[in-house]
Amino acid sequence: MAKQNSSDAFVEFERVQKSYDGETLVVKDLNLKMPKGEFLTMLGPSGSGKTTCLMMLAGFETATHGEIRLDGVSINNIPPHKRGIGMVFQNYALFPHMTVAENLSFPLEVRRMGKSQREEKVKRALDMVQMGEFGGRRPAQLSGGQQQRIALARALVFEAELVLMDEPLGALDKQLREHMQFEIKRIADNLGITVVYVTHDQTEALTMSDRVAVFDDGRIQQLAPPDTLYEEPENSFVAQFIGENNTLEGVIQKINGDICEVRLDSGDIIDAKPVNVTKAGERTKVSIRPERVEFNSERLQPGAHTLRAEVLEFIYMGDIFRTRLRVAGNEDFIVKTRNAPDQVRLEPGSQIEIGWLPQDCRALDA
Amino acid sequence: MTDTTDTGPVLAADGTPLKKSLSRALRMQKLRALMLIAPLLIFVLVTFIMPIADMLFRSVENQIVQETLPETVTALASWDPATGETPGEPVYAALARDLKVAVAAKTHTRLGSRLNYEKTGISSLFRKTGRKVKKWDLTKDAPFKEKFIKIDKDWGDVGVWKTLKVYSPKFTNGYFLNAIDMQKGLDGAKARPENQQIYIKLFKRTLFMSLVITGTCILLGYPVAWILANLPMRTANLLMILVLLPFWTSLLVRTSAWKVMLQQQGVINDVLVWLGLVSDSGRLVMINNQTGTIIAMTHILLPFMILPLYSVMQTIPPSYVRAAKSLGATNWTAFWRVYFPQSVPGIGAGSILVFILSIGYYITPEIVGGTTGTFISNRIAYHISSSLNWGLAAALGSILLAVVLILYWAYDHIVGIDNVKLGG
Amino acid sequence: MKLTTTLFATAALAVSTGAAISESHMAKEMTIVSWGGAYSNSQQKAYSDPYSAMTGVKIINDESSAEAVAKLRAMNEAGNVTWDVVDVVASDAIRLCDEGLAMEINADKQLAPAPDGTPASEDFGSLRVSDCFIPQIVYSTTFGYRTDMVGDTPPTKICDVFDTKKYPGKRALEKRPINNMEWALLCDGVPKDKVYDVLATPEGQERALAKLDTIKKDVIWWSAGADTPQLLADGEIVMGSTYNGRLFSLIVEQKQPVAMLWDAQVFDLDGWIIPTGLSPERQARALDFVRFATDTQRLADQAKYISYGPARKSSAPLVGKHATLGIDMAPYMPTDPKNAKNTFLYNYEFWADYRDDIDAKFQAWLAK
Repeated sequence: MAKQNSSDAFVEFERVQKSYDGETLVVKDLNLKMPKGEFLTMLGPSGSGKTTCLMMLAGFETATHGEIRLDGVSINNIPPHKRGIGMVFQNYALFPHMTVAENLSFPLEVRRMGKSQREEKVKRALDMVQMGEFGGRRPAQLSGGQQQRIALARALVFEAELVLMDEPLGALDKQLREHMQFEIKRIADNLGITVVYVTHDQTEALTMSDRVAVFDDGRIQQLAPPDTLYEEPENSFVAQFIGENNTLEGVIQKINGDICEVRLDSGDIIDAKPVNVTKAGERTKVSIRPERVEFNSERLQPGAHTLRAEVLEFIYMGDIFRTRLRVAGNEDFIVKTRNAPDQVRLEPGSQIEIGWLPQDCRALDA
Repeated sequence: MTDTTDTGPVLAADGTPLKKSLSRALRMQKLRALMLIAPLLIFVLVTFIMPIADMLFRSVENQIVQETLPETVTALASWDPATGETPGEPVYAALARDLKVAVAAKTHTRLGSRLNYEKTGISSLFRKTGRKVKKWDLTKDAPFKEKFIKIDKDWGDVGVWKTLKVYSPKFTNGYFLNAIDMQKGLDGAKARPENQQIYIKLFKRTLFMSLVITGTCILLGYPVAWILANLPMRTANLLMILVLLPFWTSLLVRTSAWKVMLQQQGVINDVLVWLGLVSDSGRLVMINNQTGTIIAMTHILLPFMILPLYSVMQTIPPSYVRAAKSLGATNWTAFWRVYFPQSVPGIGAGSILVFILSIGYYITPEIVGGTTGTFISNRIAYHISSSLNWGLAAALGSILLAVVLILYWAYDHIVGIDNVKLGG
Repeated sequence: MKLTTTLFATAALAVSTGAAISESHMAKEMTIVSWGGAYSNSQQKAYSDPYSAMTGVKIINDESSAEAVAKLRAMNEAGNVTWDVVDVVASDAIRLCDEGLAMEINADKQLAPAPDGTPASEDFGSLRVSDCFIPQIVYSTTFGYRTDMVGDTPPTKICDVFDTKKYPGKRALEKRPINNMEWALLCDGVPKDKVYDVLATPEGQERALAKLDTIKKDVIWWSAGADTPQLLADGEIVMGSTYNGRLFSLIVEQKQPVAMLWDAQVFDLDGWIIPTGLSPERQARALDFVRFATDTQRLADQAKYISYGPARKSSAPLVGKHATLGIDMAPYMPTDPKNAKNTFLYNYEFWADYRDDIDAKFQAWLAK
């Protein structure tokens, strides 16, 4: 999966397992390599093992099996305070009894840095997050977004090369969150630091990351750049989890190189691209992104399979139209169309024909 | 805006002034709220405020002299004790008339015991005199001066008359002066003889030992509270029962148990001798002194330290210590710089509880304190139940109350009382 | 309503004239306050149980005698006295009388005469130390010692208490000046009849404290009557002062290796008072009970259960054997001639005057 070879991996998980109770594995056989400077997001539903991985990397949990390496050195037995990894916590964990400046100065003090040098670094870190004015305040006097910036500055002030972030934007409102996403990304890029970012918000993962590791059931389901992840999900979990997705179930009729024929449960036949199906007779879930569905027959490729559909609902959403259809027995089949001047608004109750390019329609595991 | 003229108050819909109808609406709410808290309010008033007010009043109240000997007090006003001579016949005659009434009402012995606190011997003087005065005829038996001195030569003692004069006002600061080892005289207050000074010493000892007890409670309670706060809920609850267990046993039983443990032929000494750590003749003295009081009271008051500490520690998220470690702090630095400062409100609350409770303790010091481990409250208890000098007891109590309030005020200034948390 | 008032008035009149009143005018319930433990037990067996059986009165027992003076004062101030008869030591009775908290009793009119017709005042004699006090028992405060810790020469004199060379080890003394100051002066060479004269002077008080100073580091100070017996049983002390009845049960009932030192033991009295401020019905009941409980036979009966001497001269010949142990009680009585060879008489008048003064000095000395 990883493109780099072992020698230039900055962070490396090798066959890592973790169990809390000795009966079930929370993390099952994790392998991951990250090059220096990468922004990697661990994405997954809660309980998928992503936070546990982060905590093992930070040193607050020990791996039950396997090895974690940082810059080529095994860190399994190094206590957290000697790992030199910056971390931003879910609720920021700013020390409430210290001022902002004292919070930032703390990691420098424990490194026995001189006073003038400390002050200079604190000032620089505060300026970096545009909080230069707030050094004398207590965390409780700051808004959520401001606290977020301070937490970020504190994780960066001692010039950690690796920064871990555990759902750092979870407590912010939507607008602020989007703003901070860009902010974090910008700072990370400017400093050239390596970031491991944990979230369960897929939009956040897609907008910020160089690569996203989708976790489920203690394993990485797919590790890929955002566009690949969205457009070429490798299994039906990833297809479902990332973005909006229409699923039709059926059985593989035959596979012919890049194209396979699927007989849906309704009896209709469609063309699809086989991804992780191997032979005829296998059950499959066919995945089509809502924006790749076409109902204007003129735009369909000649010879493409089409399906009959009934319009159930039309929702006007400003930039796009969202239309719900009944297709092959599925009543939650969504079509998204751009709000263009020539765009057709489908009437509920009308019967239409829909279709798509076979390569947009991926036959995945059932 | 334009059609209302600013000449009168804003009116409600029915024409009454808005302010009035608003306050009427609110009055109902206030009344209802008041009714809800009324039982508590009355309870607090009756059981807390009133006794304190009563105590403060008793510590200065001194009406008994005027009530029992009204004429004598008036007559004494013109007597000048500086002459060193006893008062003249009018005073003795007034005393005879007053005593005649007092004996009939049997109040003279009461006055005697009151004044005996100030001058030894007055108690029997009044009792003795009362028996004789009963038989006197006020009109025929005059003059009285000689007669009084014949009953007891103390009536010719200027000191007795001085005491009467000093304590004739309705209110006195005499009790308070006694409570700080001083004496009230006609020419102002002066220190008591050294062999009678005890209260200042006891106040100091009480404060010092309460501080030591608070300190040992912090030392012992902090780790326990930390373990409780960091254990899983079920185990923590079980251990919490163990912490609270002492509350289910009578205070007297617990204190007596310490006696059995600590005495020279007690369990601890037996074990030490058996282990060969101390010789049989060198058994440790751990009871009937300050050590005994500190050990027993630390044990009894420990839960009051652990409970607030525990509830404050529970609210400290583990992520703070993790954050500190991720920033490079060692375990100790993370604890001392990050965890400990946040547990200070719990220490504050626990310390205030333990300190104030221990300042007022008397059963435990009485039983295990011997002579060096007793508190000021033991003297207060003595004056309440044995010497019946309630005025002095009230003055001592008032001073104790004032000390606590001053300490509270100082604490508020130094640490800030909003930094005290019992939980959440 | 009117009728009851009249009845009350009549009852009050009857009481004041000392005439017997009929049962129907007395309260049907009464609260008796005493010290608890074996002592209360002996009173219940000798007085309360027979009295209840005879009259059908319901008797409630309260064990508050130790705080009786303070509590009575508080009840009196609150105007709600709930006690009918209270057992107190003589000095407390004097105090209660002085404070007007106990009613005065006319012994000859309100108490039973001896069987031979001797009036009560004569039968009690000098033991009636206050007009409010109805004497009941004579007890003494004396020393008990561990027979296994004194070698072959057990202590025989009070001054052995002050001899830490001959009898090393801790001794227990009561945490108050009374008794201790007298013993100290006696052992400092003051003749018995001069003790209170000396103690009345500041120099005498200093002298007594100086004598106590010589054993101060060897003293465990007790404040509850149960302390010394417990300390003796635990072997914590070699000797200690306590009430002779406590020592009796330690020696005879618990069979501990302890013996009594009968020298300069301080005679003290315990008896009844009736609080003032009772309703006429309750007062009549209290007087009726006290008259019954302090007659010659009843006082002798109590000595069957506890080793305290009866306060009436006429009761002495009637004292017999212990009710359950069957042993002769006389040798354990403080009043027995063999024990009373050298007794010390407690001066109530003196202590009523000097208690506050000497106590202040004593406490200051203790705290040094």
